[in-house]
Amino acid sequence: MVVSDAPSVGAARTLTFGQAINEALAEEMRRDPSVFIIGEDVAEAGTPFKVLAGLVEEFGTQRVIDSPISEPGIAGIAVGAAMTGMRPVVDIMFGDFITLVMDQMVNQAAKIHYMSGAKLRAPLVLRTTLGAGRRSAAQHSQSLHAWLSHIPGIKVAIPSTPYDAKGLLKTAIRDDSPVAFFEDKMMYRLEGPVPDGDYVIQFGVADVKREGHDITLVATSSMVHVALGAAGTLAKLGIEAEVIDPRTTFPLDKAALIASAKKTSRAIVIDEGYERYGVTAELAAVIADGAFYYLDAPVKRIGAMDVPVPFSPGLEDLTIPNEQAIVDAAKTLCGRA
Amino acid sequence: MTVDVAFWLNAYRTMATIREFEERVDDLYRGAIMPGLAHLSIGQEGTEVGVCLALRKDDYITSTHRGHGHCLAKGASPDLMFAELLGKEPGYCRGKGGSMHIADQERGNLGANAIVGGSAGIATGAAMSAKMRGTDQVAVCFFGDGALGQGLLYEVMNMAALWKLPVIYVCENNQYGEYTHYTEVAAGEIRARAAAFGIPAEQVDGQDVRQVYEATSRLVEAARRGEGPAFLECVTYRYRGHHVGDVDRRYYRSRDEEEEWQRDRDPLQRLARWLTLEEVVDEGAFEALHEQVKDHIATAVQFAIDAPFPRPEEVDQDVYAEAPV
Repeated sequence: MVVSDAPSVGAARTLTFGQAINEALAEEMRRDPSVFIIGEDVAEAGTPFKVLAGLVEEFGTQRVIDSPISEPGIAGIAVGAAMTGMRPVVDIMFGDFITLVMDQMVNQAAKIHYMSGAKLRAPLVLRTTLGAGRRSAAQHSQSLHAWLSHIPGIKVAIPSTPYDAKGLLKTAIRDDSPVAFFEDKMMYRLEGPVPDGDYVIQFGVADVKREGHDITLVATSSMVHVALGAAGTLAKLGIEAEVIDPRTTFPLDKAALIASAKKTSRAIVIDEGYERYGVTAELAAVIADGAFYYLDAPVKRIGAMDVPVPFSPGLEDLTIPNEQAIVDAAKTLCGRA
Repeated sequence: MTVDVAFWLNAYRTMATIREFEERVDDLYRGAIMPGLAHLSIGQEGTEVGVCLALRKDDYITSTHRGHGHCLAKGASPDLMFAELLGKEPGYCRGKGGSMHIADQERGNLGANAIVGGSAGIATGAAMSAKMRGTDQVAVCFFGDGALGQGLLYEVMNMAALWKLPVIYVCENNQYGEYTHYTEVAAGEIRARAAAFGIPAEQVDGQDVRQVYEATSRLVEAARRGEGPAFLECVTYRYRGHHVGDVDRRYYRSRDEEEEWQRDRDPLQRLARWLTLEEVVDEGAFEALHEQVKDHIATAVQFAIDAPFPRPEEVDQDVYAEAPV
């Protein structure tokens, strides 16, 4: 467990989430000639979110490769390249499209090291997005990180700040196992402090984004910011919430979640994946199992509503976990409803 | 014409080794010594050996669920393969892969794949990696006619053609995908699918190891020179069932058909006949060779039977590769 974004090296600057991702990729590509990017409109277009802007100018079209719209194909090519000495970073524009690459990720990349008796490895990174709220409807708004978190052999990072995004992406690229890296597309313009120079953030180390002693709010990705907003409201009511971000769903810093829940005796888990069978279920089970005798209330889960994400703004907003839902749940758990 | 006797006798020996290997796999299944099932490639040795003879040790292959022959043709050791088939610790995958997942990276074998067509991406990616790393390695993607229905194959063929990747797509058309003749499930002309991407596509008699070798050599050398991918359809036949348990096959093909392929087109007999007719080898040489192969394989089987199983504590080892962060 680490307490918050305390830049440890260099002078602090302010970068957006998207700039932090871009910088991590550029630095790793300078450091290691085996790193390359492949995906749809990643080169001159720099992706629709402009996250990769400028990379093709520095590294050329041989290392920033525009592919056809063939997600299974580019994922498969990345697995083969990774198995033979390269470190591909695959760009899957919308997280909803991971359905198309599941065989390559689940049956190929995730299995090859174990299934080959540790002879082969597939060090690839699959970068993709999650998050609703962009009025993009049911096929461009889902948060499907639970799907890959379920699979032994894959690691999953899900950063919430520019600082975390840069440090975690560098770790992902240097890792010898396949890593899925989920970026909330609504956070690309979020600003935060990022130090100059090289740093990495180890996987499996949760970060306390706000300290508190009355209730633990475990939150991932953009839900960290929703939880921090809720914590501010709760503070005015005299409830001090601790906000903790696991940063990777696998490996998972179980000890940090359990320690926080033991300290506060109450916990809410917030994640933008569907609530049903989702990340919230896993994290809640970890806390219930590890902190059972310390809990004063059942662990509460808040995930996305179990419906396809609707287009109409008023409907879409109802499906995403929000501050008020967290505040209401926290008050109930603290006996203040 | 001069005949390279040593070269072709070696080809014969490899084909005979594969056949003997597969016969013993069948025995191990029937004797309930081997866990699970296996998919035998008896009848397809001409394709497996003809293609791999055209490759260097550092060239890549990806294989299929019917992959023992590819492994052996690329130089794998029968003892370590049998150990893997029996789930034993010294096996190629430490007993964690089994019949359908043997990988042998020292000889460029990136592994057999139990998802039909599942390795098309891996082979194409290996070719892309070879090109990016500036080597002149070539990758061969083995797949059966059954994989012709998989979209991944066409996605990566498109990219291989666009980017001139050194990959040869070898379609082992053994006539049947599981229990269905390929003409019932594959529309149009097979080679036309590759030709649509501008990929040179050829068909050879997969039962003639010399034809397969000649065509593959040509395509591999072109790929090595940077001329891009190629597609080779090898017309062949699976003498046995889809897997070792598929014994009653009359509902999908006739006994006459099976006998005709074995009698008239057998790849071992064909090579032996040619070498004999050219009067470079007398028939007694083949008998002696078969005896050697039998002994070799029998020793390998015994090695596997005597080998230990993995220790229970290995079950959760190597799920993740060590990270050098």
